[in-house]
Amino acid sequence: MSHTPTRRRRRAVAIAGASLAALVAAGCSSSGSSSSTPPAAGTASAAAPAASQAASGQQVKLTFWTWVPNMDKVVAVWNKAHPDIQVQVQVQAGGDALLTKLLTAAKAGNPPDLAQVEYQVLPTLVSNNYLADISKYDGNLKSDFPAGNWNQVTLGSNALYAVPQDAAPMALFYRTDLFKKYGLTVPTTWAQFAADAAKLHAEAPGVYLGSFSAVDPGEFAGLTQQAGAQWWSASGSTWTVGINDAASQKVASYWQGLVADGGVDNQPQWTAAWNKGMNDGKYIAWVSDVWAPGDFPTTAPSGTGKWEMTELPQWTAGGNVVGNWGGSSTAVMAASKNQQAAAQFAAWLNTDPTATVALVSDGGIYPADTAAEAALSTAPTYFANQPNFWTLAKQFAAEAANVTWGPDVNVAYTEFQTAFGSAATSKGSFISPLTAVQSAVVNDMKKSGFTVAAG
Amino acid sequence: MKHTSGRTAPRLPGGTGGRPPGRKARPHARYDGGFGHRAGGLAPYAFVAPAVVLYVLVLLIPVGYTIYLSLEKTKVSGLGLGLGGRKQVFAGLSNYSTALTDSAFLSSLLRVVIYSLILVPVMLGLALLFALLLDARRVRLQRFSRLAIFLPYAVPTVIATLLWGFLYLPTVSPFPSILSAFGLSMPNLFTTHVALLSVANIGVWGGTGFNMIVMYTALRAVPSELYEAARIDGASQTEIALRIKIPMIAPALVLTGVFSLIATLQVFNEPQTLSPLTNTISPDWMPLMRVYNLAFNDNNSYEAAALSVIIAAVMFVGSYFLLRVSNKRVFQGR
Repeated sequence: MSHTPTRRRRRAVAIAGASLAALVAAGCSSSGSSSSTPPAAGTASAAAPAASQAASGQQVKLTFWTWVPNMDKVVAVWNKAHPDIQVQVQVQAGGDALLTKLLTAAKAGNPPDLAQVEYQVLPTLVSNNYLADISKYDGNLKSDFPAGNWNQVTLGSNALYAVPQDAAPMALFYRTDLFKKYGLTVPTTWAQFAADAAKLHAEAPGVYLGSFSAVDPGEFAGLTQQAGAQWWSASGSTWTVGINDAASQKVASYWQGLVADGGVDNQPQWTAAWNKGMNDGKYIAWVSDVWAPGDFPTTAPSGTGKWEMTELPQWTAGGNVVGNWGGSSTAVMAASKNQQAAAQFAAWLNTDPTATVALVSDGGIYPADTAAEAALSTAPTYFANQPNFWTLAKQFAAEAANVTWGPDVNVAYTEFQTAFGSAATSKGSFISPLTAVQSAVVNDMKKSGFTVAAG
Repeated sequence: MKHTSGRTAPRLPGGTGGRPPGRKARPHARYDGGFGHRAGGLAPYAFVAPAVVLYVLVLLIPVGYTIYLSLEKTKVSGLGLGLGGRKQVFAGLSNYSTALTDSAFLSSLLRVVIYSLILVPVMLGLALLFALLLDARRVRLQRFSRLAIFLPYAVPTVIATLLWGFLYLPTVSPFPSILSAFGLSMPNLFTTHVALLSVANIGVWGGTGFNMIVMYTALRAVPSELYEAARIDGASQTEIALRIKIPMIAPALVLTGVFSLIATLQVFNEPQTLSPLTNTISPDWMPLMRVYNLAFNDNNSYEAAALSVIIAAVMFVGSYFLLRVSNKRVFQGR
């Protein structure tokens, strides 16, 4: 249930209109044979047009579930160069919807060959044996990615469960014009951020430094990573769950204070009301992520050139640590009959310069591939006022905290929405919902037979 | 049963009537030969077979599979990340005991009961009122009103919910500016308690029309002689409505009541659609949302299956007794 790049992309997909709608239709109509039963190469090519069959005796057809906008354009480049391995994009609503569907499809035995998978749910999928180990095909890519991202797709083992696609370090976005109008300084520490919130609330009640969104557990998780929280860690065969550790409690109390004092709103993000607030100056800052440029044009169309990105405020002045919110990888499903071809495509998609350039310009993501320099020469259109946008993004990516995800992040995230939803509404304690998430996760893991030590 | 007895009748003259197997009996004999004599009572079975097969395929097998799933659980060994780290094992009734002590489920259950107690009387009351008004003599714009009241039922619930959701959210709703013209401010429609009313309102809006049509149709079937007699006896329109019309359409009232109750206890679309719009409506807000959440977000189909079995059993037993009791009281003598 991460709402990371997710909902934003859901809307982006909706708005992209005719071309994407046509793509969805195409994906659905032609998916019948290939997606419901991932076929052997022979069966697939029987259904393929005669011409391409003639070109390559053994054509492989792969299905790919993703929500990244314009992925079809990137894939078209691959399909043109590889007539023997044809990839078919099937557009999904977003990260959370895709996970739900993937779990169900994999359980039913008919998942796609490839899927866009957010880092935090990789352990869930691995734990269910739904992902293929592609280390023998793509293991050599290790040096192409930052250690943090690589660790998330290997889960610290010798296996490789996915190829990293985007890095997602968090960042702070703010309205330059309105910060000036209300006389606020751009915060570099959380103490300054709180002071700004108080000043803003005194001057303009009803205007906020953003909203604490109970539907975005991924955002809160990222903020706790910055403070040094380790929600999950594993040693030997024991999991340690530290969702209500001291660092997380510090972050929770901090936001509880902001919400209670009225400098930060308590409404969920990604709603029509939130969009309107982002667009018309009700929300003048947004704790978000480097993937936000893909979001802004639809969320706040009238804000072009008025928003800027800066480093996430720090807990200690002069520090430079940020958390991660989302970020995803390309995984090969264990049920795929063409794992080698799928792994080959996954490697190309995330390391080939042609592909990464297209991912940045069309998909609006920040590639995890450290060599993807060429892709990052021009700032996103929405942030044309900030030419060094990608340089900053690169800096933040290097500052991102290391994170280990547990095997039931989905449980934690749903419980988060329930518990923090009512706490945000009542502006009550944020510590008790944190404890509720902790115990929900520990109970779920114990019930499944994991050996768990509370952190 | 009717078929069987109907078919054995013509067989009697041919088979046991004592008539010699003459030529005239042949058509009968041939007809019986196909189904009757040699095959015994196979014919009725052949006729019900498609229905039985479908019933088994689409109802009994899924129900059986759900019950089977509800008795299983996953068992993880080690960190659960290696190959074969997770197995499906027999769980006995542990899923049921978890479900019955699951506080999220129990509070959603309480919530849906309150929701039904609000929604069903209001919706049926309005439906009955509209039906009686439309049935009264000399109503203007009768056809138009009937259609207008029915129309919301034709709007898909998800769309209706989005419409209402946008009306409820102050920043995108037209109400705050309208209300401020009268010096009023818009209340928060998504506080913990009011949210239940806000969701129930969508149900009333969408469901009144359908129930109104059912009641109205029942009213039209009441013989008009009764009204004439009542008027001759000096009954007013209100008295006719209360003393004649309502008792006469009691079966329709019971029917709509039971159906509404069943539908209300299964409420899912409205809160699920509103859930992203507000913190108040959690992913476990209503029992079926809890089931959905367990099955698809928490990837725990076993506990979800146990919950489903419990909900289905409660609904089944509840509807059975409701119908039995109302049969005795309402359909007495029919």
